[in-house]
Amino acid sequence: MMKNAFPYIGLGALLLFPLLGFSSYLMHIAILVIMWSVIGMAWNLLGGYCGQVSFGHAAFFGVGAYTAGMLYSKLGLSAWWGIPASIVVVTLVALVIGYICLRLRGPFFALATLSMGVILRITAENLVKITGGDIGIMIRERTWVEKIWYYYIILALAVMTFLVVKQVVGSKLGYYFVAIREDQDAAESLGIDTTYYKTVALCLSGVITGLAGAFYTNYMGYIDPKVVFALHDISIITIMVVMVGGAATFSGPVVGAVIMVLLAEMIRSIPKLGAAHHTFFGLLLIVIIIFLPNGIVGDFEKIRKLFRTRQEQP
Amino acid sequence: MIKLEIFLQTLIQGLLLGGLYSLIGVGMTIIMGVMKIINLAHGELMMVAMYIAYVLFTAFQIDPYFSILIAAPVLFFLGIALQKYLINPVLRVEAIIPENQVILTVGIGMVLANLATIIFQSDYRQTPLSYASKTWYLQDYWKSSPVDLSITAPWLVTFLVAVLITLGLWFFLARTDMGKSIRATAQDSEAAMIMGVNVDRMRVITFGLGSALVGAAGCLFIPIYYIYPDIGGQFTLISFVITILGGLGSTVGAILGGLVLGLFESLTATYVGMGWAPVGRFAIFVAALVFLPGGMASLLKSKRMK
Repeated sequence: MMKNAFPYIGLGALLLFPLLGFSSYLMHIAILVIMWSVIGMAWNLLGGYCGQVSFGHAAFFGVGAYTAGMLYSKLGLSAWWGIPASIVVVTLVALVIGYICLRLRGPFFALATLSMGVILRITAENLVKITGGDIGIMIRERTWVEKIWYYYIILALAVMTFLVVKQVVGSKLGYYFVAIREDQDAAESLGIDTTYYKTVALCLSGVITGLAGAFYTNYMGYIDPKVVFALHDISIITIMVVMVGGAATFSGPVVGAVIMVLLAEMIRSIPKLGAAHHTFFGLLLIVIIIFLPNGIVGDFEKIRKLFRTRQEQP
Repeated sequence: MIKLEIFLQTLIQGLLLGGLYSLIGVGMTIIMGVMKIINLAHGELMMVAMYIAYVLFTAFQIDPYFSILIAAPVLFFLGIALQKYLINPVLRVEAIIPENQVILTVGIGMVLANLATIIFQSDYRQTPLSYASKTWYLQDYWKSSPVDLSITAPWLVTFLVAVLITLGLWFFLARTDMGKSIRATAQDSEAAMIMGVNVDRMRVITFGLGSALVGAAGCLFIPIYYIYPDIGGQFTLISFVITILGGLGSTVGAILGGLVLGLFESLTATYVGMGWAPVGRFAIFVAALVFLPGGMASLLKSKRMK
């Protein structure tokens, strides 16, 4: 009973959260946490359920962000049109990336997607006439000054993503994904068209990430290739969000996003440690992989046991 | 005539760069072949060796070419330590995501790059050598040559040492007992174990060897380039592209792949533009994946079959 009500209570709390009148900084953190949950859930669909570990989600994020940015800078439209437009653009990009990368398996797929992210970054840096190159794109008119509307938009996106992931994972599609993750050859021999379903997973995951990217352009008001196509600060953090929280769990990416965003803000706020935030992330990643390979949610039992045995020993 | 000259000069430059790339790629390839994992900290290990060479140069005026003798062993033991205490434990852990070890090496790379930023700041640094600008021109030796080509001393030395090390590695893998054991482990670790090869030891040694190779490459690279803490990432990608281009786990393929990549990159830099050289690198990578999924190694094999 409690378990069934929990998602609604959580949603209600999230809906009421901005009405409590928090400072704009806290709202910013909340928006970032929700945005990273969206990206984490998207990655989880591909990496956690379908087993295709992508190191290049910045490619989708960046394409989404640049779709919104270029609609504004080149066509003079509102950058909000980027949200519907990015669905089409990112799907096309995902199909191309899938065609090239999905013929590889395991770590090779991972690295191939990583290079796709880098290719897109370098392309965006060099096509100065179209993308503005290193200067980036600046959205001059902000839609709202208060953060509350951005909060509700990203929250709506997050709820939608959560429902999509839940639907997909509970359906036949989700079982195909898990079958592919567990043993691709066995799945193939059972008549699952693995390439087709991997492409579906990649497109779904990419589109959701691209939507987050388009939102990012609108919210931040400024993008450049080094930020939105960043390897460490987007692609790797995406993986960390899922790894820390727990791969192939519903709540894992949310937990991971909360921890990662808060950790990043905490480290950055300490002046001397700010430069070392990659070291902390790297060490956290190493520790998580060695001790909690299925993340905090996935290995929750392990953590609980650890505390119990400690209590029992006087 | 000028066009031909530029073309030939581009080829020479590409070949010299390719020799170095081969050395970088071979290190990753042998780790790949034996451990079946991709070491995403490969470029960062090279960065560590470059900083070792840099510190030795600024503190003791040791020529970067001689610091290979120090940096390569240091990297060998660093690689062994990483393999033994971080990667090996993870190989045994059960997890949902199968690519845990790869993600682990990303973490290692991040820590190394960030530590370098903290220690050395993100400045671009160089080791100014006395013979850095020494250049040989073809027309000085062959007066009636229709084209004038040049080659600078550090590039030539780098290329020759890289070739020497690669030949040494080939000799080690082909002729020595340990080299044969390593190749046996790469081919079929279980069969190798039955034949009495200490597979675990071979894995550790291979990781050290791969690290030492890329460490040597770092020392060779420093006289012709500059260093900054984030330099590693791009070399990780380069060595991965070479690994794919050469055919997974094939040493000869990696050497050829390195040369091809060097040539191709040099050609894109000359004829398309400097900024596009990295795109050229990936264009050839994508082309290799789509048209030649087995890499150079599959070409070699099909020739042998005929």
